[in-house]
Amino acid sequence: MAEKPVTQKAVKKPMKVKEVGFLVFIALMALLPFVLNLITGTGLNEGVTKFWQGQLIAFFIMAVFAMSYDLLIGFGGILSFGHAASFGGGAYAFGLLMKHWAPNFVKENPIMLGNTDLTMLVVLLVVLLVVLLVSVAVGLLFAVTSMRLKGTYFAMITLALSTALFIIIKSTDLHEWTGADEGLHGISLPVWLNPTQNRLTVYFITLAFLCVSYLLLRRFVNSPTGRVIVANRENEDRMRMIGYNPVTYRTIAFVVASIFAGLAGMFFSIWNMSATPTMISAVTTVNALIMTIMGGMGTLIGPIFGAAISQIIQQFFYTWFGARWPLIFGVLFILIVMFLPYGIVGTWRLQKGNLREGWKRLLRLFTTKSEAEAPESGQKPPSM
Amino acid sequence: MANEVLIEAVNLSKAFGGLIAVDNVSLQVREHTIHAIIGPNGAGKTTLFNLLSGVMPPTSGRVIFKGNDITQVSPQRRAHLGIGRSFQITNIFPNLTVLENIRLAAQAMGKDNFKMLHLADNFRQYIDRAEEVIGVVGLEGREWVLARNLPHGEKRKLELGIMIACSPDLLLFDEPTAGMSSEQVPDLINIIKRVVEHRNRTAILVEHRMDMVMSISNVITVMNQGRVLAEGSPHEIANNPQVQTAYLGDLYGELA
Ligand SMILES: Nc1ncnc2c1ncn2[C@@H]1O[C@H](COP(=O)(O)OP(=O)(O)O)[C@@H](O)[C@H]1O
Ligand SMILES: [Mg+2]
Repeated sequence: MAEKPVTQKAVKKPMKVKEVGFLVFIALMALLPFVLNLITGTGLNEGVTKFWQGQLIAFFIMAVFAMSYDLLIGFGGILSFGHAASFGGGAYAFGLLMKHWAPNFVKENPIMLGNTDLTMLVVLLVVLLVVLLVSVAVGLLFAVTSMRLKGTYFAMITLALSTALFIIIKSTDLHEWTGADEGLHGISLPVWLNPTQNRLTVYFITLAFLCVSYLLLRRFVNSPTGRVIVANRENEDRMRMIGYNPVTYRTIAFVVASIFAGLAGMFFSIWNMSATPTMISAVTTVNALIMTIMGGMGTLIGPIFGAAISQIIQQFFYTWFGARWPLIFGVLFILIVMFLPYGIVGTWRLQKGNLREGWKRLLRLFTTKSEAEAPESGQKPPSM
Repeated sequence: MANEVLIEAVNLSKAFGGLIAVDNVSLQVREHTIHAIIGPNGAGKTTLFNLLSGVMPPTSGRVIFKGNDITQVSPQRRAHLGIGRSFQITNIFPNLTVLENIRLAAQAMGKDNFKMLHLADNFRQYIDRAEEVIGVVGLEGREWVLARNLPHGEKRKLELGIMIACSPDLLLFDEPTAGMSSEQVPDLINIIKRVVEHRNRTAILVEHRMDMVMSISNVITVMNQGRVLAEGSPHEIANNPQVQTAYLGDLYGELA
């Protein structure tokens, strides 16, 4: 056979590299505010240190949103153009409750345990629960509506659904509640959760959110259920013939992705202290798509990379190129797609086997004894 | 042939617009037999498999499996009832490893499909089963190769492996040797024999290679233009003048 088969190594080793990388990432991120603080000499909640915490908060949140999107398109092969509905759904669920329900409730129903006031904690837990329920509902809505559709029709219905929600949220009839076009502003947050007053707390909460989401999603995609979702991407007909119902697994993928997107939306509305229609619009979905493609579809680390790059680009390109920055970003994006067709992480995984082989060949030049040829390329597919 | 009927097609028909691909076919397949279906291209063999496995609904007629009418039952339910199917056109999970392709099929039959926070690799029973099947179809050493990178012959073995891993009572083989060179065929015959006979299973085999059909099947049904032309033992079919003139004489002249 002309081609040497590409092999995928067992699950034995690669975990270690991942674990180390993950721990290094946590350590770096946890130390960063303090390092900046030392270097710049400004306080933790002011100046450059505060600014960079803000940038990273946005990155942490968008990374989770991008991972949740990749669960759909990269792992499940489910090309949804309405994923922003989950993100915005979580944001609005949080914003609406915190603005219109929580303040009065806190005033009228103080919940005390001895001398400690638990009211805010209870309120936040209730709101979190509602955000989760809304996310599940949005996921189910998409799964059920698109159940029998495929290809272009499927993509269209997901776009139509999220656009419908976008229009509803923007409608002037709801102005009193949602702020219509302008969005929902003035969400009241407890002081400790207020990103202006206590940015470091929000920083660590969102960092934890990213880490926990990554670990949970990694588990999920390697669980029996996750593996079947990947099989759904690969070959729906064959999946059916060995006894799996594709609709069931697509629904699970939709709901799980929606939960993480909804939570990301909630944190985004905490970070901005607002929820805006843009968060539900196709622009937001496309952002996640761009992050996923840049980083590497079908991987979890890829979207994290993608979110980081996107955040950096948004920041620096504006100062470098002014209002033209999206144009430059567009060109850069095209170049990335051309040169790294599987994204940064995907292409790395494909090529690192070749790199290793290259090093081996190089080393062989310097070793005298002729080793038995073991042409075993450790290449991996861009998936998983 | 005193064995019980395992699957039965009753007046089964399938029309694609004006074309009647399967035309009023009635067929009984008995337990523990290898029942071959032969016929020229376009005879309706694959379509008949699609009806038996539930890929498409029949235009009319019924399918009875283990005594129950399964005409309206979905393909995934049929898989759980014990119907397995391999495809004429290789139908695998291309970007997954050989092991994962087969492991997925083994997992499908278990009760752990909805464990979302356990690692799939910790369910040894499915990996063990997959490795057993890999041994049966002769893909040892290829576990970590991506399915799409296998040479054709091994893809065909994987195709069978995926079906076998579900441990079906009834195996539907749709031209398992399709596209294979003659040297690779005996290997495949052995696999089929081993799987069916060793486990006392039942198989329907659609195949073009007459030597293979004659040597391993108990019953042969001849189809032509959607209809059943003849049915009998290999000996009877080989000596059936109608079959010989209408069909075997042209296509398999050198063998009949
Ligand atoms: N999905 C389909 N749509 C339309 N025509 C089909 C379809 N599947 C099969 N046919 C037609 O039905 C006839 C029988 O095909 P098939 O069952 O594949 O025959 P065989 O497997 O015996 O070669 C052929 O004429 C084929 O073109
Ligand atoms: Mg056919």
